[in-house]
This record gives sequence, structure tokens and C-alpha cells, in this order.
Amino acid sequence: MVASEYQDSPGVVYEQQPNADGLRNDAFWERARLLGLCSPAVILVMIIMVLPVAWLFWLSFLDDTGALTLEHYQRMIEKKAYGRIFYTTFEVSFLTTLICVLIGYPLSYLMSQLSPRWATFCLIAVLLPFWTSLLVRTYAWLVLLQRKGLVNGWAIDLGLWDAPIKMVHNLSGTLIGMVHIMLPFLVLPVFGAMKAIDRDFVKAAANLGASPVKAFWMVFFPLSLPGLFAGGLIVFVLCLGFYVTPAVLGGGKVIMVSMKITDTIELFFNWGAASALGVVLLIMTMGTLWISSKLLRLDRVLGGGR
Amino acid sequence: MMSWLRRPASETQITHGQRLWLYILAGIVIVFLVAPTLIVIPMSFSDSQYLEFPPRVWSTRWYDHYFASEEWTQATYTSIKIAFLTMLVATPLGIMAAYGLATSSFKFAQLIFITLITPMMVPVVLIGIGVFYAYVQLGMVNTIPGVVLAHTILAVPLVLIVVSAGLKSYDMNQERVARSLGASRFYAFMAITLPQIRFSVITAALLAFITSFDEVIIAMFVSGGENSTLTRSMFNALRDQIDPTIASISTIMVLISTTLLVASMVFGTTGREEK
Repeated sequence: MVASEYQDSPGVVYEQQPNADGLRNDAFWERARLLGLCSPAVILVMIIMVLPVAWLFWLSFLDDTGALTLEHYQRMIEKKAYGRIFYTTFEVSFLTTLICVLIGYPLSYLMSQLSPRWATFCLIAVLLPFWTSLLVRTYAWLVLLQRKGLVNGWAIDLGLWDAPIKMVHNLSGTLIGMVHIMLPFLVLPVFGAMKAIDRDFVKAAANLGASPVKAFWMVFFPLSLPGLFAGGLIVFVLCLGFYVTPAVLGGGKVIMVSMKITDTIELFFNWGAASALGVVLLIMTMGTLWISSKLLRLDRVLGGGR
Repeated sequence: MMSWLRRPASETQITHGQRLWLYILAGIVIVFLVAPTLIVIPMSFSDSQYLEFPPRVWSTRWYDHYFASEEWTQATYTSIKIAFLTMLVATPLGIMAAYGLATSSFKFAQLIFITLITPMMVPVVLIGIGVFYAYVQLGMVNTIPGVVLAHTILAVPLVLIVVSAGLKSYDMNQERVARSLGASRFYAFMAITLPQIRFSVITAALLAFITSFDEVIIAMFVSGGENSTLTRSMFNALRDQIDPTIASISTIMVLISTTLLVASMVFGTTGREEK
């Protein structure tokens, strides 16, 4: 070994340490052993998720007789029904994300400025649905929005509308339920990002003569954009693969990719077709994440959830 | 009240009155978030088939129905058992991985981190049918260990993220001191590190429990028969008709999750005060 290799650590003279190589070796193996602590979790993820999904990937290229084919993918392109399902999936995901941003951003903004006591109160209000079963919340909306439900009853009593409006088992019911479930995923990262913004910037803008509105749009808003992108991305990606809420509140009229996949398995036992849909769904999800990671740092997005 | 409206609300001297709309909007959003979950509770005590609010006649009819039904109580028991086992498996696995990633500064540690949190990003439906396919080959469909292992990979990312955050604010030198005094690495971790990150660990364990307890899709594919989970039975019942029994079950589930949330917040606050 040439001594000059170690010159990058200043103040340490390695020539006088004959054990340097041995120590380096030991350090390497110790770090490797420590990393080995991850192996049980990694092995489990490999066996339970990666291998089966890889197997599905393979199945998606096989027909009934086990011969290689592209028919499952061809069907997706040729049949109009599939196009509609993908369109619905994107439509629901996009609208949910948009509504979440529009109502979640002002809430996060206010929370970031409230006194600790009120901010904690709001945080509990955001966290309570986060910890409550998704199924319970979907059920609650089903009860509230049905024809004889509470929302229709109160709206008619207040004279907002005359006859019961159909609010569930359609797109609007699905969107109400999805926004309710996704909103905490947006508010938590956006709130976190806003708390980290140095308020002196806004003060400086006000000091230099900016009106409150101008100081917000020119200083605060651009600084909060990374957090908003992160939150919006989490919501969008989670929506793409969502199943329970559209299945219950959509009433069979809002068919998303994930629902088509389960139907294909449960009703038709067609593993090839279901796998092909799953592969496309996975590519859509990972593609969205990949494109976004080019735009912003992925670890910040993924770590910002809770 | 009027003077409060004219008082400045932020550094930019905007008054409370000028942004009254923001308070109202935020209030509506908070009600939107909380009300549907809470309104189920009084509704579940309604005597009517249609779950009135406020109930004209109060009764515990739907609770009696729930406790009398062997199918529902059995499913509840199964769900709690699976969630508890998931917590017991996912928490140590997640802590080990978080500790390994925090202490070994390899470049590809980031890659392992991303591998471990992919189950959060891959659509659960895909994991569900993949696991179903694999379990059919292995004969593990409708078994408790099968559901627990599948739920574990969903819970490990949460444990990993929460415990990693805990380790980040912990000074690893304390463990080095213990080791230089002769403690083994394992003993130093158990005696010095673990007690100090215990609040993250408790939060992580509660999250692992609730993740499994609330999970629907994987349970739908690989739990069935006598090992059917509560969420699976609820989901099937919801697709058929609005069964008022579900309101009573929902109330019980809200109570469970609220208890866990309060527990995590209490431990979280205590943890912050100690620092």
C-alpha cells in the first residue's frame, strides 16, 4: 500500500501505524455486519413482495397455454373499456390531488402561524382521521351522503336544495371520500415544510414595503412549493392505486385500475390479464415518482409523510 | 371582538379581520376532517335501521347484535391477534434495519432504505395479488402467519422511518462510551440507546399495530374462513348493503384508534420534554 493514499485525512500520519490496513479491514467488516442487521427485513420484502411481483410480471406475458404472448397488453390498447378505466384512474387521482391542495394548503398555512396550543389542536384534528380506519371513514361517508342521509336531510331543511341529491355511488361521492382520506397526507408534509421556513424573510419583505398579499406570493409561497410538491405527489401516487373508497362510494360507476385487477382475479381467475394491469399500474406509479425525483429530492418526499 | 379583528395577525401586519376568510375556511376543513368519524358514534346508538342523527330512540341494539354474532366477534379476535403479531415482528425488524442503516455509513445504504420503503409506494392491490399467488403455491392462503408476514412488510417502512428519525436526534457517542467501558454492542444498544429512543419505538409499534388492524386489501385476498379479519368482513358487508351493525363496529374501531393516537401523542410529548 502506498502511504499517499491516506493523505486525505489531515493530521494523521499513517506510516507510523502499521495496523492501518488491518483497522481499515476491521472497520469495513464491522460496517458490513451492521448493515447485515437490515437483512431480515430485506429478505422478507424480497420474498413477500419483490419475488411475487416479479412472478406476476412474467405471468403477464403468458397466455392460457403458457406460451409467450403480448395479448394481455394488446387488449389494453385495443379495447375502449380499458382506456376508460385508465382515464378514470387519472381523473380521480388528479381531481383528488387538486382539491386536497386547494383546501389543504390554506389549512397548513394557518396551522404554521397559530400559537402552539391551537396548532396542536389542529394537528390532532388532522391526525385523528389519519389513525382511524379507512373503512370506518368510507362507511361514515356512505351513511352521511346517502339519499336519506344526514347531508341531504340538513340541506333540504335549510332550503339549500329541494329534493334529495344523489351524492354517493358516483364520482362526487368517490371524490368526497378520497379527499377526506388523502388530506392528512398533504397537510402533514406541507405543514412540516412551512414550519421550517424562516419567517424573517417575510418580515424583511414587509419591511421593504411589500403588502401582506405580495409578501406571501413573492416570498412565502415559492419557499413552500417543495413541501407542496411533496405532499401533492404522495397524494397522487396513493390515489393511483386506491381501491377501497372508490369500490364502496363509487357504487360500480367509478372503476379504477385496482378494482379492475381484483375483479379480473376474483371473477375470471385470469392471472395473465390481472398481472398485465398490475404491471401497468406499477409503471404508472413508479414513473410518476421517477419523474418527480428528477424535479425534487426523492428522500425528502418519502421521509416527509409522517 | 372588534378590536381583535383589527389587530395584526402576522409579521406582515395583516389583520385578523382581513384574513377572517382563512379562519372560516380552515374551520370548515377541520369539521370536514373530524365530523364524519365522530358522527358515527351517536348514530351507532340509534334504534332505527336507517341510523338517524340525532337518534330519536336510543338503544344498544346494534351492539347487542355485534356481540351476539359469532362471525363478528371471531373476526375481531382474529384482527387483534394478527395486528399484535405484526407489531411483534415488524418492530424488531424495523429497529434492526434503522440501527444498521444509521451506524454503517455505506454508500449503498440509501439503496437498502429505498428497498425497504418500496412497499409504501407499490400499489397494495399489486402486493395483494402477488402475495395471493405466492401463498396459493405455498399453501399459506387463509393462515394467520401468511397475513402477518404480508402485513409486516407494510408496517416495516413506518417503523423504519419513525425509528430512523429517533436515532437521528440521538447522540451515538453515548453508545461508544459504553462500549469503550467494555459493553458489547448489543448490550450497549439495549442498555443505553433503546431506553433513549423508546418514544420513537413505542410510536412505531403502535403504527405497526394500526397498519395491520386497518388493512383491507391484502386481508381480502389472503385471509378467509375462520381466519377472516374484521376489515375483510366489514368490507364484504359494505358492498352488499348498509348494515347498521357496522356503525357499532366502527365506533369500537374509532375508540381503539383514538386510544392509540392519544398514547402515541402522550409518549411523544414526554419524549420531547426530556430532551
